[in-house]
Amino acid sequence: MEYTVPMPDPILKVEHLSMKFGGLVAIGDLSFEARRGDITALIGPNGAGKTTVFNCITGFYKPTEGMITMARRDGSAYLLERLPGHEITARARVARTFQNIRLFSGMTLLENLLVAQHNKLMKASGYTILGLVGIGGYRRASAEAIDLAKFWLEKADLIDRADDPAGDLPYGAQRRLEIARAMCTGPELLCLDEPAAGLNPRESHALNALLNDIKDHTGTSILLIEHDMSVVMEISDHVVVLEYGRKISDGDPTSVKSDPKVIAAYLGVEDEEIVEVLTEVGDDRVIEELDAEPDRDHGPPDSASMLAGPVTDTIAHSDDEERVSVMRGASKAERIEEREARDRAAGISGQPDDKRGGGE
Amino acid sequence: MAEAVSTERVAANTNYATAIREALFAGAISFGLFVLLVGLKTDQNIRNELILVQRWGVLAILVLLTMAGRFAYVAYLQPTLAARAAARAKAPAVAVEPSALRKNWTKLAVLGLFLYPVVIVALVGLQGSLKWVDNFGIQILIYVMLAWGLNIVVGLAGLLDLGYVAFYAVGAYSYALLASEFGWSFWILLPAAGMMAAFWGVILGFPVLRLRGDYLAIVTLAFGEIIRLVIINWREVTNGSAGISGIPKVTFFGIFNFDVSSPHYIGKVLGIATSGAYYKIFLYYLILLLAMLTAFVTIRLRRMPVGRAWEALREDEIACRSLGINTTTTKLTAFATGAMFGGFAGSFFAARQGFVSPESFVFLESAIILAIVVLGGMGSLAGIAVAAVVMIGGTEILREMQFLKAVFGDGFTPELYRMLLFGLAMVIVMVWKPRGFVGSREPTAFLHERKAVSASFTKEGHG
Repeated sequence: MEYTVPMPDPILKVEHLSMKFGGLVAIGDLSFEARRGDITALIGPNGAGKTTVFNCITGFYKPTEGMITMARRDGSAYLLERLPGHEITARARVARTFQNIRLFSGMTLLENLLVAQHNKLMKASGYTILGLVGIGGYRRASAEAIDLAKFWLEKADLIDRADDPAGDLPYGAQRRLEIARAMCTGPELLCLDEPAAGLNPRESHALNALLNDIKDHTGTSILLIEHDMSVVMEISDHVVVLEYGRKISDGDPTSVKSDPKVIAAYLGVEDEEIVEVLTEVGDDRVIEELDAEPDRDHGPPDSASMLAGPVTDTIAHSDDEERVSVMRGASKAERIEEREARDRAAGISGQPDDKRGGGE
Repeated sequence: MAEAVSTERVAANTNYATAIREALFAGAISFGLFVLLVGLKTDQNIRNELILVQRWGVLAILVLLTMAGRFAYVAYLQPTLAARAAARAKAPAVAVEPSALRKNWTKLAVLGLFLYPVVIVALVGLQGSLKWVDNFGIQILIYVMLAWGLNIVVGLAGLLDLGYVAFYAVGAYSYALLASEFGWSFWILLPAAGMMAAFWGVILGFPVLRLRGDYLAIVTLAFGEIIRLVIINWREVTNGSAGISGIPKVTFFGIFNFDVSSPHYIGKVLGIATSGAYYKIFLYYLILLLAMLTAFVTIRLRRMPVGRAWEALREDEIACRSLGINTTTTKLTAFATGAMFGGFAGSFFAARQGFVSPESFVFLESAIILAIVVLGGMGSLAGIAVAAVVMIGGTEILREMQFLKAVFGDGFTPELYRMLLFGLAMVIVMVWKPRGFVGSREPTAFLHERKAVSASFTKEGHG
């Protein structure tokens, strides 16, 4: 990990991102950066708010607070939280996949990849009108689109099944097809929501190869959510760890792996330690988030996007119950922080980037 | 050898045993069902008292019929069907080269449609052809065109529209009003009516963009009713429920027309006898060409990005958004395109009838058009055309079934029962083919070979 060279410019900058659903704080003041050309992994236990971050980045949710900046290769920058959902892909070049695969199951693989090239083809067909009467370069653009689709079908090892309906594919192939489809939009940042979920080791290995291939040969940066640590540790250049909507660690895989807060978040702390921490802390300490009144001004229905309303409610997701826990001491990383605070009180300098947002 | 025969015999015997058992069961159930419904009948005797009439004979016949039917089904029909299925499964899958008829059947069908009036005139003469060309030909083709138009909205984009007849009405009234007020030609007003209907399609589209499924259906239904009520109540313009009559006929591009009193009447120009059939035959070809245009545009659009986006929208709207497709404009174009063809059909309808009134644009019309789309198989042009022939031609032909009087007695009027029979036929078809006549989907592009996509993968859309 070459962190000594001048930092490559961040392709995606997330600053002070907060997302509240009524009184629930799904993400609280999250800031991180994804560097151009890197594979950045977003990890965390169930309900940590990873998919909510994704939905904010890709425009399915409008964040309550914060700024998400996408810097494209040509120097233009887009504030994703202000773009309408479809323009995030069309103009800012951010593509995504879904945790519960969303293919056009009744369309063939080839058609799936052609739909992904909609905007390009639409322009080539003179917004349908020229193409309908057969003038203009639609025929050539269409052939090019099929070539691109063929290229990605080969990459995803699906070329043999190009004319089968997407719904007929086995699970692992559907995941690869979804990635190929996202790549057909010509993205500069590819957001993958648990691409390895439900894959067997061999499929998982093939996926790693595909992702590395994308990274090396197209220059597309990747942001991925993953539970499968073998995938994360093997391919990611940078790891951001979330727990209960807050960032608890950020760095290269090896440093994150050894971060005690991450270990605590994933594996928990020992029972004696919990008791110890609870008695140390005392019963009158209250988690800030619980004090927050339900914030009616920023609920998802009041979203700025015309489409966000009806669509968001259908994003089925196992992380739907993402919320700040009401149980005191539920956040294991917090306990580590508390221990560090105690250490700090004993004279040791503490963590500079304590992400606990005040003023909730 | 002998052994094989004996095992066969044993199998047959057990088969009969099950058949007898099943028949007894069926008999018991039918007895339970019919004993009160058929076996006993309340009646009044001569002193106006309520008495019970016992009809054991009829009951016995019914029960015996049920038992015999069940026995025949289990003992004979089921083994035959099973044997046939097994034989089919055993037979090697031979790729049957489709016959020339099958390969070219679209072309043949179109050719047949073009020859239809000629054949009819040759068979029954000019005057006799009126009914067959007008009531069957034109009527069916109008519905084919309407259903193909609605197919864009419902079948491709997956947006359930229960108010499609509103666009038909807009087209019809556009032509009726502009032609009778300003005397504009049909050939100018046809595109104008289409555009006006498309405009109203967009107007409807905007408020319903956020709605899906049932909610969308209700709002479109309301829209259809609003248009109809506006037509009824805006008397100064639309003449209310009395409708507009005396709508000018279509001319043959101004070269000759179909007005007997006019100097350019076709009979005078071409020097042939006066007959009302010319106009009907002309209208037949006109609507045939309009329907062909609809089919052509639909086929072309499906291979264009916008058509693929419609189908993608039906499959998964969220995925569409994530691919950078503007779902708003995609939905609006679907509404507008569908409405435009409705408008074309409407202006044709007004020209054909010479009279329009709000009566023609009731909800039942929307329901029939939607039923044709669903029955034909959403998205399939051929299936929809067949469904239109079955539904519209079927209800028309039921009027002609005078021979049913011989079966049910002289008091039977087939006209009254046609809707009942028709509903029954629909239920049967939907049980037999739940995804319509043609449920599979033709892919719009292919790499190696074009394979139809089975109906089990395609979605109906969520509105």
